Formats: sequence, structure tokens, C-alpha cells
Amino acid sequence: MAFEIVIGLEVHAELATRSKIFCSCSSERGAEQNRSVCPACAGMPGMLPVINRKVIDLAMTAGMLLNCQINRVISFDKKNYYYPDLPNAYQITQWFSPICRDGFINIDTQDEPRKIGIKQIHMEEDAGKLIHDSVTGTSLVDFNRTSVPLIEIVSQPDLRSAGEVTAYLHRLRALLRYGGISQARWEEGSIRCDVNISVRREGADEKSVRTEMKNMNSLSAIERAIEYESTRHIEAIEYGTERLIQETRGWDDAQGCSFSMRHKETAADYRYFPDPNLMPIRIDENWIKRIQSALPETPELRAGRYIQAYALSKPDCELLVSSPAIADLFEAVAEKTGLPRETAAWIISDLFRIARRLKTNLDDISISSEKFADLIIMVANNEINRAAGRKALDMLFEHGTDPRDFARDNNLAINKDTGDMEQVVRQILRDHADIVSDYVGGRVKARQALVGAVMRALKGKGDPAIVNHILDDAIAKLPSE
Amino acid sequence: MAEYITQAEIISNGRTAVVDDTILVTGMPATAGSKALENFKPLFDAEAVARLKANGYVISGKANVGEFALDILGETSYYGAVTDADGCLAGAASSLVAAGKADCALCLDVNGAPRRAAALSETVFIKPTYGTVSRHGAIPCVCSAEQIGVAARSVAHAADTLGVIAGFDQKDGTCIHESACYHITNAEGLRVFTADELGSQKKAEDALTAAGARIRRGSFAIAEAVRSAWHVLLCAEVCNNLSRYDGVKYGYRAPVYTNIDELYTNSRSQTLGITAKSMILYGSDVLSKDRYTQCYEKALRIRRLAHETLTKLFSEYDVFLLPACSVPSYKNGSLELLYRESLFTAPASITGFPAVALRGVQLIAAPLMETKALTAAAVLEGVI
Ligand SMILES: [Zn+2]
Repeated sequence: MAFEIVIGLEVHAELATRSKIFCSCSSERGAEQNRSVCPACAGMPGMLPVINRKVIDLAMTAGMLLNCQINRVISFDKKNYYYPDLPNAYQITQWFSPICRDGFINIDTQDEPRKIGIKQIHMEEDAGKLIHDSVTGTSLVDFNRTSVPLIEIVSQPDLRSAGEVTAYLHRLRALLRYGGISQARWEEGSIRCDVNISVRREGADEKSVRTEMKNMNSLSAIERAIEYESTRHIEAIEYGTERLIQETRGWDDAQGCSFSMRHKETAADYRYFPDPNLMPIRIDENWIKRIQSALPETPELRAGRYIQAYALSKPDCELLVSSPAIADLFEAVAEKTGLPRETAAWIISDLFRIARRLKTNLDDISISSEKFADLIIMVANNEINRAAGRKALDMLFEHGTDPRDFARDNNLAINKDTGDMEQVVRQILRDHADIVSDYVGGRVKARQALVGAVMRALKGKGDPAIVNHILDDAIAKLPSE
Repeated sequence: MAEYITQAEIISNGRTAVVDDTILVTGMPATAGSKALENFKPLFDAEAVARLKANGYVISGKANVGEFALDILGETSYYGAVTDADGCLAGAASSLVAAGKADCALCLDVNGAPRRAAALSETVFIKPTYGTVSRHGAIPCVCSAEQIGVAARSVAHAADTLGVIAGFDQKDGTCIHESACYHITNAEGLRVFTADELGSQKKAEDALTAAGARIRRGSFAIAEAVRSAWHVLLCAEVCNNLSRYDGVKYGYRAPVYTNIDELYTNSRSQTLGITAKSMILYGSDVLSKDRYTQCYEKALRIRRLAHETLTKLFSEYDVFLLPACSVPSYKNGSLELLYRESLFTAPASITGFPAVALRGVQLIAAPLMETKALTAAAVLEGVI
């Protein structure tokens, strides 16, 4: 019996604004605990929420990049619940009328391109953070994150596998970064994901049970959780291993299993109602136009442009556009070198390798495009060899070292003095008379050994073209036996 | 130079104001009459307070209020009810002003208490058009309706002080840019409406007629529906706004609890009084999933209807004259009495229209037409 997995995602992305959504506190990360806090976002009485318009700009940008309808009237609602990280005991969100609806994201999967529906995008404020001290048994709360603006992007239940989920999240994350909407970093929690999953027999219209896994914060955990959860569902349906119930589950990544979260007897009633302190805001045509005119070129369009202009492969282009920082670097360097294919190869094989080794996020790579271009040109012109080029890139990446300085200081420049080389070649031919006679006798492969010996004697700095030329000359001039 | 002016000189140059304990003044506690905010010290001045200070007023102190200013006249204050010599309830702020202890008072009109207090004393209270005075620094209860207004011994003084605190403030997103004028003009030709459903105000009608105003009786059939709807909106917002007093961050925390749910339950049980608790229960019911449409949404529809009805009324009239309360004094308050009496205060509360209360009556005017209600009030203060 074939089963179909049905997945919908709710992605929370922290917006890249300088200040919080309803007060002027900084929303940047890294502040000392409870330092980015004012009476408003600490839930003290007397402060009123005043909307940060940049939040609306960014939510609209997201809506446009995700092909959504933009609602022309913005309103906010209060969601009531008690939790110590929620100082007002209510969260301001958009319940009745989200800012964006009915969009989609195109994703590439192994089989075919797919269009994943976006149900809605809405704006809301984040909650604070609880810190539990197991030694003293106390819990402390840090309000730095309260009222930091978020958008929640709710997909339709259109996803069918962990692979599709990954493709969707990659594309969504890239769009958020291209639009300057969110830093969208899994590791710091500025993007996080709730996964709704259910399983049904293919073709059957039986009612399936949906479970929700909350606050997933890494792609690999999401993939493993989906595999685990779908297997659990299938086994429950097929072999009756357990009775499935609609519930919220947590994911234990270390144990590799999901677990039932403590759930209340009755489903939570959040008592939503319109926030009277935030008057509805009308979005006029000029506002729409202003956001539209500032939209970035999407990664999809960029990849298409690279394929067209540079004849690069589609997978290579996807890699180059996965982060706007990388795509921008590629374009700048390709422009300066006039060597787009070499540039792509340097980025994909060498730059990415260094980033992996140093655990640097691709979005954080910032190296001088001038120096990188210079390095690529030096290798292309045989001024240094490729291995030396890699070392130079390491230094450029880690310390910003100019590749020319590096080559000079480490004596890596390829030797182009033919007088020097002729001498070395004559010496090698004398030292390896046996190999020479092999070669002259018709063993073509023996020539490679001679070249190797010359290069070693030149300490890798011989220009291979020149070395070959001199070698051929010298052999031709040998007295025949 | 400012720093050499003595306290006495400031007082002689300006006026003294007492401020309801629902409004924040730096350096003075702000309890809102509740144990939940016992010893709570605000970090900033309410915008209205800041404007008074900037205009030479001296804040002489805080006035006691009923818990979160929800009740009839302050009888639910954790710090004790204020009564007069005869044992009748009296509003603390209006008593202080009436006794000459301060020239005026800033009061947060949440559920009509300052209007009742003025109507029952020798003072006047004006609740301005919603959005004309910043609510920044008002302890929030019913954000969609409450307004800071001014109590004073004369209509002219109340109007003057209102002129000082009114005006746009970007810290309150509901503040409007339009401004009202608070001049007292000639009552000649003033068109006054009174409603059959709310009883006759013989003395006030005679006085206004004598001043040249024209009185017409008519029907305000939605009065009771407006009261019910107001109660729904009031309780819903009270339920929401009072949730923040949970014992976690500031104010009172129960001494004994074993987990977070107990911390909430104990702290809130031990602080809030019966009026607040009843409203919270009713409010959480009307906002619940099952009841939202039939209660809360319907109340919002009635609010719109009230707005339309009064707007239409003010296309024919300048002032709506109605009682501020049904009795000459209160010995004690209760939820039932509060509900009954809000028949008179709910219309101005639910619509946000301006209202002046004095000498047992209320005068409602169209938005930003405070000058009409003040003009009628000036007639009454000289006669009644
Ligand atoms: Zn803040």
C-alpha cells in the first residue's frame, strides 16, 4: 500500500529592522540580557504600541517576492495567553486579516519543478526568552527579544517529502535574504519552522491525523523529524502500532525521535480581538509602487541570467545564487576577470571548501572582489600555479592578504627565465639518461617523468608551457646514438 | 532663571493639579487603586502630565481611584473608599478640587466615574473627544474608549486646562491631528436634544431655555442596547489589559507558589477585587471562540450603530442633554448599580464623543464640538 505524506510549514522569520515593532528599542542581537528593553516591551502600563512602518515595508516585500495578494488595509489583533516570556500576557499579531495571501514559491525537486502554495503571511511580535537555571531551580526571563518583529509565512499543505521541504526552505530563505527581509539564520533562531504533517493512503480520502512539530531550527533536524514522524504515522495506520491523535510534538534531535508535548485538557482559546490601540492603516497605490520598484532580482531570475550569459550549468547556478552575498561576489569577480567559468569554479570548489572548513556561513563571506579577481587572473596567466592560488585564497579569506603580496613574500611566482630553465633541463637530461633513452626509444609515458623531475627541480615555479617547450627542444638537440 | 524660581513662585505663576492614580507621574506611585500595583513607581510622566508641567502647573499629588477606575465612584479602591461628611461616596479628585486643595484634576474616564463624581459635587468634568488627548501614561483598561479629562471648579478653568493637555502626540497611535476649540460662547440659539428614555432634566432645561437655547425632546431608543454593548466591550478589554498584572515582572507577587500557574493564580486572586474579577470573567467569556460572534462582534456592531445614531442626531442638534446618574448620592456601589448607572455614561463612552458633566447632568456634543457642550455647561453652572 502506497502512502502519501502531506506537509505544511509555518515559518517564522525575524525581520531585519533596526528597532522593534512597537517601540524604539534596538532589535539587533547580541545585547546584554534585558538591555534592549523599555517600559513598552516590558509590559509596563502606560506605553502604547506605535507601529514601525519598516515592518510593513518588509512584510510587503516578502509578499511580493512570494507572489502574494497584498491586503490594502493593515490591522492588528491581540492574542491572549499567559507565559512568563510574554510581558503583556498578550501578543500583538494579525489574526483576522493577514497582510498577504494566496502566493506561491517555485521549487526544483529531483523529478519536476513544483509550485508550493503560500496561504498567508502575517506580521507579529516575538516573545522573550526564558533561561532555566537547574542548579538554583530558578527561571529568569530576558525581554531583549520581546516585540522584535516577525513575519509568519504559512504554506499550503502542498509538500510531499523531506526533500521538497528542504528545497522549499532553501528557496524561501534565499528570497528572504535577497529581499533584505530577514537575516534568516537557523543557528541564531532568526528563522524557525513549525512542521505540520499527516499521512494518508494514496488515493483514499480517509481522514488523516495531523501532528505539529514546533520550533524546529535546523534543516537537518527538520529532515530527520519528517522521516521519523511519517514512518511513525505509516506504521500506526498499517500495523496499528499506536493510535494517532492530533497533537503538538517536540523533536529530540539527539535521540532522533519525536515526543508528545504536555498538552492541556482543552485546546487553548486565545481570545483574539482587534487591538484598539493600532488604528487600521491603508496601503495606497504609491506605497505599493515604492515597494515594487525596490524589489530585488530574484535568485530564480539571476540563475536564469547566468545560464544564458555564461553558459554555466543549472546546478552550478543554483549554488551561486543560494546566497545574495555569493551571487554578488560572483558577478563582481566575473566582470573584473572576464572569466565567468573560472570564477564559478573557484567559488564552488575552493571558496566553499574554505567556508566549510572554517564553518563560515556563506552569507557572511566578505572578501575583496578586486583581490579575488586578481588571484584568478594570476593563475589563468600562469603567474602562479593553481596550488599556490589555493594557498593565496586561504590567506585572502582568512586575513584579507593581497594575493600578489602573498606570492611575492612566499616566492611563488612561476619562473619564466628560460636561461635558468634550459640549464636545469640539460642537467635533468644528463642525470636521467636511462629515462631519456626510454622515451626516445618510443615509450611516450617516460616523458612525463622527465617533466616531473624538471618541475621538482624548479620547486613548482616553472611555467609548464615553457618547460615543455624547452624540454622538446633539448631532446631534439640530443646527439642521436 | 528657571533654577532659582522657588516652589511658592511656581504655584503663584501657575496652577496646582491633582492627578488620578490611573495616570503616571514620575516620582509618585501609581497604583490605579489596586493591590496589583502596590508600590509601583512609574519611569515616566504621562504626556498630559508632562504638558501640564511644561505650562507651569504644579502636580500637587495623586488622587485615589476605584480599582482601575472601573466602579461607580472609587469605592473599590484597595486603599479605601472616599466618602463625604454624610458617609456618601465621593470621587477623590473632585473632592480635592471642590475643597480647593487643587485647582484642577486630571482623571482617566474609563467607565464614567469622573463624570458621576463631578455631577454629584460642585465641580465640572470634561471628557474630551477620543483621540484629542494622548493616553500615553494612562494605565490602560479600555483602550478603545477611555480618555484623560479635566475636573475643575469652573467650566472655564476646565476648558483652559484641557487646552493645555490636548493635541496630537505620536506616542499614542489613536491620537488625531484635528483639534477642537474650547471657547465658551453665547448659548443663544443652541439646539439641545433630550431623550424620552432617559428622563427629564427640568432645572437644566429651564436654565438653557432662559439663556436662549431651544430644547427638543426625542427618542434615543438604543440606550439600553448601548449599555449592554458597552458592558461587553468594557469587560473584554479589562480582561485583556489586566492580564499583565501576573506577578512576574512588577507589582504584587503571591508569597507562596510551587509553579508558574500557581504564581499567576495566587498573585491575581490575592490582588484583584470583586468588580475587576467579575469583569475579567465576563470579558473572557465574551471573547471566547464560542461567544465571540454573538457577543463581542455584536457589541462592535452596536458601537457603530451608536456612532451613526449620535452623528445623525448631531446633524440636527448641538448638544445632547442627559442625566449623569439617576440618584443624588451613593451610599455604596455594586456591580448591579454600576450596570444600571452606566445607562447614562455609556453613550459618550462607547462613541468617544465629548461630554461635560456638572450639577447632575451631562452634555454630549459631536466629535471636536466641545465648545457647544462647554457653552451649555457654562449656562448651567451659573444657575443650578
Ligand atoms: Zn522597547
